[in-house]
Amino acid sequence: MTCAETEILLHALLDDELDAGNARDVEGHLADCPRCAAQLDAYRAMRHAMSAPQLRYAAPMSLRRRIEAALPSAPLRVPVTPQAPSRWSMLKGFAMGTALSTAIAASLVIGIIGTDQDQHVLGDVVSAHVRSLQGDHLTDVQTSDQHTVKPWFNGKLDLSPPVVDLTAQGFTLIGGRLDYVDGKDVASVVYRRRKHVINLFVTQASGSEQHGTKLDTMQGFNIRRWTAQGLEFFAVSDINPEELQEFVDKFEAASHPVNRS
Amino acid sequence: MRAGNGSGDDQARRFRDAALPHLDDVYTLARYLLRDGPNADDAVQECYLRALRYFDTYHGPAMKPWLFAILRNICRGEFSRRSGAPLEMDSETEEDEGATPLWQEAQASPETEVLRQRDTEAIRRLVADLPAPFREAIVLREINDLSYREIADVIGAPVGTVMSRLARARSMLRKAWIAEEGLPT
Repeated sequence: MTCAETEILLHALLDDELDAGNARDVEGHLADCPRCAAQLDAYRAMRHAMSAPQLRYAAPMSLRRRIEAALPSAPLRVPVTPQAPSRWSMLKGFAMGTALSTAIAASLVIGIIGTDQDQHVLGDVVSAHVRSLQGDHLTDVQTSDQHTVKPWFNGKLDLSPPVVDLTAQGFTLIGGRLDYVDGKDVASVVYRRRKHVINLFVTQASGSEQHGTKLDTMQGFNIRRWTAQGLEFFAVSDINPEELQEFVDKFEAASHPVNRS
Repeated sequence: MRAGNGSGDDQARRFRDAALPHLDDVYTLARYLLRDGPNADDAVQECYLRALRYFDTYHGPAMKPWLFAILRNICRGEFSRRSGAPLEMDSETEEDEGATPLWQEAQASPETEVLRQRDTEAIRRLVADLPAPFREAIVLREINDLSYREIADVIGAPVGTVMSRLARARSMLRKAWIAEEGLPT
């Protein structure tokens, strides 16, 4: 194989796109030709430099909003009735008209739709977490002072997220950020555990339903979600589920101190 | 009554779930193709609206290259005219000329974090200086992480063309990179 041929094919080698026969030929040439081998090294280093996540851009929030607003998705948030008919009539067939099984069927329908919506919200939460780790937009307000972070959200959101410093408990408060989840502005309070980032998303709880902590896993991230005092919380991180639960427990203990008197 | 609307809603939902996760990727490509923020916003929005319109004709294989192909058409059409210069030819460089050299940062050093920030700008500028066909090939490969086959689908050219453009793009980029820092090869 000549240098001229190698000059093209070494890129395919670098990109792992070369079939075995050609790869052997190119590697044979590289072993004998220091000049081509040096080229491959240079391209490999260049490729490495170009793989830096900072070279990617995150879509601005305003653009994300514009696109979300342009997609005809709003009716989907209205619970149950709009998309129910086909499932409803199908389940009614099973229900055989008795009141009890109709009730079961109805709860099934709600269950199905609830799950769809849940997955959608969780997907949004995980995307927001991943976005926050790319580029330089982890925090809008960067400070470990809870008395700076909490007022910062004033006037930016229609809710006031509890902000507590858990540094003494092993979770360092590093700041706060506005984010966008499930079509709504949400608060994100950002903590660090060793080298791991925890995003705690806080949003208005939908409806009056209160629930304890649930664990979900998506794209390798753990998500603990719970409701308290009319707010819904999502803690997202790559730390293990037990540590994340520890975070939740400490956060809850610190933000709603037990009445001692 | 909402009869007949259910399937449309369902389709919109499926589109959201399939297409929105790629928003950052699509936006990244738009920034590199157009080298401009506000136009990139408009192009990406147009891309999503068009994609939704054609979604019922989409049958795979992969969502990301499909969106990229739509975006590329948009960027080459309206937006290349809007920016006033043919994409192929324009050679103006943007931003700080005096950015620091890059090569020596490839290996990790204590200053890696600080240096990499500057690197990012310098690499972006070097990429921005590449002529359009080469720029899109290398961005699709290195930054958007597509395979040769997927790149071929996006740009509507054979895989052989992808390979030679990529070789050319890397060679041009490497020369510019080295010229800028005055280091030996």
